[in-house]
Amino acid sequence: MIQFPILSLIIFLPLAGAGFVLTVRGDKEVVARNARNVALLTSLTTFILSFFLWFNFDTSTAAFQFEERAEWMPGLNISYHLGVDGISMLFVLLTTLLTPICVLASWQSITERIKEYMIAFLVMETMMVGMFSALDMVVFYVFFEGVLIPMFLIIGVWGGPNRVYAAFKFFLYTLAGSVLMLLAILAMYFVAGSTDIPILMETRFPVTLQYWLWLAFFASFAVKVPMWPVHTWLPDAHVEAPTAGSVILAGVLLKFGGYGFLRFSLPMLPEATVLFTPLIYALSIIAIIYTSLVALAQEDMKKLVAYSSVAHMGFVTVGVFTLTVQGIEGAIYMMLGHGVVSAALFLIVGVVYDRTHSRDIETYGGLVHRMPAYALTFMVFMLASVGLPGTVGFIGEFLVLVGIFQVNTWVAALTATGVILGAVYMLYLYRRIIFGKLTKDSLKKILDLSPREIAVFAPLLILVLWMGVYPLPFLDVLHVSVNHLIEQVNVAKAAAGGVLAAR
Amino acid sequence: MPIAEVPNLIPALPEIFMVTVAMALLMLGVFQREGDGAATVQTARWISYLGAITLMLALLLLLTVAGGRLVGFSGLFVSDSFAVFFKTLVLIGAAMAIVLSPAYLEHQGIARFEYVVLILFATTGMMVMISANDLISLYLGLEIQSLSLYVIAAFQRDDIRSAEAGLKYFVLGALASGMLLYGSSLVYGFAGTTNFDALAAVFHAGEGNAPALGVIVGIVFILAGMAFKVSAAPFHMWTPDVYEGAPTPFTAFFSVAPKIAALALLVRIMIGPFGELVDQWRQIVMFLSIASMVLGAFAAINQRNIKRMMAYSSIGHVGYALIGLAVGTEAGVQGIMVYMAIYLFMNLGAFACILGMRRGERMLENIGDLAGLSRTHPMLALAMAIFMFSMAGIPPLAGFFGKFYIFLAAIEAELYALAVIGVLASVVAAFYYLRIVKIMYFDQPAEPLNRPIGREIAAVLLASSLIIVFFFAYPAPILAAAAAASATLF
Repeated sequence: MIQFPILSLIIFLPLAGAGFVLTVRGDKEVVARNARNVALLTSLTTFILSFFLWFNFDTSTAAFQFEERAEWMPGLNISYHLGVDGISMLFVLLTTLLTPICVLASWQSITERIKEYMIAFLVMETMMVGMFSALDMVVFYVFFEGVLIPMFLIIGVWGGPNRVYAAFKFFLYTLAGSVLMLLAILAMYFVAGSTDIPILMETRFPVTLQYWLWLAFFASFAVKVPMWPVHTWLPDAHVEAPTAGSVILAGVLLKFGGYGFLRFSLPMLPEATVLFTPLIYALSIIAIIYTSLVALAQEDMKKLVAYSSVAHMGFVTVGVFTLTVQGIEGAIYMMLGHGVVSAALFLIVGVVYDRTHSRDIETYGGLVHRMPAYALTFMVFMLASVGLPGTVGFIGEFLVLVGIFQVNTWVAALTATGVILGAVYMLYLYRRIIFGKLTKDSLKKILDLSPREIAVFAPLLILVLWMGVYPLPFLDVLHVSVNHLIEQVNVAKAAAGGVLAAR
Repeated sequence: MPIAEVPNLIPALPEIFMVTVAMALLMLGVFQREGDGAATVQTARWISYLGAITLMLALLLLLTVAGGRLVGFSGLFVSDSFAVFFKTLVLIGAAMAIVLSPAYLEHQGIARFEYVVLILFATTGMMVMISANDLISLYLGLEIQSLSLYVIAAFQRDDIRSAEAGLKYFVLGALASGMLLYGSSLVYGFAGTTNFDALAAVFHAGEGNAPALGVIVGIVFILAGMAFKVSAAPFHMWTPDVYEGAPTPFTAFFSVAPKIAALALLVRIMIGPFGELVDQWRQIVMFLSIASMVLGAFAAINQRNIKRMMAYSSIGHVGYALIGLAVGTEAGVQGIMVYMAIYLFMNLGAFACILGMRRGERMLENIGDLAGLSRTHPMLALAMAIFMFSMAGIPPLAGFFGKFYIFLAAIEAELYALAVIGVLASVVAAFYYLRIVKIMYFDQPAEPLNRPIGREIAAVLLASSLIIVFFFAYPAPILAAAAAASATLF
């Protein structure tokens, strides 16, 4: 097969678009129009290119595909190495799907400094895709951290009234976690002599070192996921970020943590993973129950969706650490589903926010009378978030619960309460916004979805139902890679057991 | 038979060239016909262009002469690839600082040709320091450098802050030189030689036995003196005042070239002659490093003046570079070299931005004056943001890679505590770098700054920001050069 550098192309095409937007000059109108068009065109082209991955992906192997390798730091044995397997390929697609949607969603709601805004989004797409396709730890880290710069600017420049606080909190929390991971990466480098991810996966790290490494990785990924108690940056960041910023944050950035656990903690540090699993379960259960209750008490729509994200991510971490096929596939499916659904929910909030400039649940009520199409769209996504059968949310939650039930019934029981609590706060939110009498004057003239907004929601809607009704193509992609992952962990555990027994 | 043996001048050719040209330029300036103010300004301007060209020619000469390990003047002076690497950085830094200067000096009404001549002398002093292979030539180079720097710090003599800066720097600098000299004399007294190679041989022979107490005390004094020169905490007290008081383009020069030269010297002396005694001095360097990183991170948070902030930031950066020295391995030295190369461009770029901060006839130095810069001067703000993110160590910008190689060496040497403190201090430091970005991007615009900012500033900004942004794409040449250079010390 001819090796065409498709991954590099997908990664750097948005950056080239950003470079092009940077050179656009002229009066404000022209610049704005050009920036929007170029950004949309670039991100759509990237999306279409990423279909190449989908269609040419070989679901029968767990090996990394579309691999690329180039010299980077020759003396140090660190190279520019890219590739995707079943786990990362779908995240690449999720990213390339959400970026054009974000550009489209910001078409009118962003009126200031459009050029810089579009550049920030395109740069971010580069970083995110690069992160998911990196097969070298240093390359991974560069992309993982590089995301901070555009996101910091997006929250800080185009955010709400308290944006400065939120932007700093986001940046410093994430940075503090990540720098420890950097040290862990360096420590692994000296054990394995390389930062190549496939090589590191084969390396057996000494058990005591594993514990430290695991904790360092945990510091970084737990902040990103985010897990209780380091989740507090998330509601702030979500509330203050512009709609599209929240979409990317919830849709893609939160997946960095779960992906990191799957890619590093599990296969590379299996003994430590087993040791710390109870910690993860405990934190996840607290996240699921506590943040669901917090979500119930929210008066701000975006905050509510943000807390629901934390709760859903609790399911993901439980699923990942079950170390069962169902659990891990469920966790990945849940991340993908959450990427689509929470992104859509933030867009849903954005639709009414653009019209009334209020996120308070109080200010709404009875929207179904003026906005039937909106009410219907909202309902589908709301039910998907709750996990109604037939939507994407159900598959993920169900698989995670099946997985955890095999491992620990108590954890399963407590996790399952999250399903109920999720239904409570989402349905309550929906009732307060959509149903009831339309009494408020500010809502009397509100308009239903515009064609542009329908174009934004349509792909997400289709995806939510498709992934809910016919999950097979997605699970097919995952299956071999997840099996391979579990096998890696088990082999490592067995090897460690053998060593212990031999002593 | 020759009347007297001609010393081998080849290794020192660039220095000799520099001194000759600097003196020629001095004569040119002095014998220029006395004219009105305009003529003085004119003279200063073309002498500064000549100065920049001289530096570039010296660089060319340096690279031509380089090759292997050349020793001259009976072992006083050495030119190896380690020296060439650092001299290249110093020359580039000095040249860029000279390019930045004339516009500022003319605005402040202090355009005089002596400025450039002094910078040339100071640069020569730094080159001698970097090449020193004997405690005597070390001191000689250090003093050539320092005496010139004392004068330039007070160059804006009508300005009370500048005069204070010069005086403070002189008094404290003289104290540090004294300590260094005292330490050198102790080392000489107990080891019996001042030559680095001979010292290394002495300590190597005495391996296993505890070194004489006098030697240890001497090393401590030398370290203290050098720590002053690189402005590592707790010998940093002069730094903020001098940075703030001195003319800004000089501060730009000051924050890079002398620091790079002094660090090179510190590395050479610690790894070379005192390399066998690493266990004796490692804790001291670790302490200096931790103190500098922590102080640089916390003290900068509350600064209102951007030059003071940069002073604390530079203290922090020295702390990171010192990690490489504390490690004391080839990888550590390589880390220092890459770090300083990147630091050079980051810092010069940031100072070029500061030089662009002018409103009407006034130079601005308050961080608050940058408010809303992204709207009034988008490109200037973008460049400044790049430098700030890079200093905070956020990938993919070059500053990250500088820290990366340093921490790589620290982890390899299993100095975990040092590495953890280092990365956590970098998170704290990220806060004040981000604050600059916040003020430029998130705040409402203040009164706009003057535009255009000037061709020279724009050129320096463009060059350094391109290097900082695209370092990641092709780091191999700098890495290879640093690897080759650090190998010569071991």
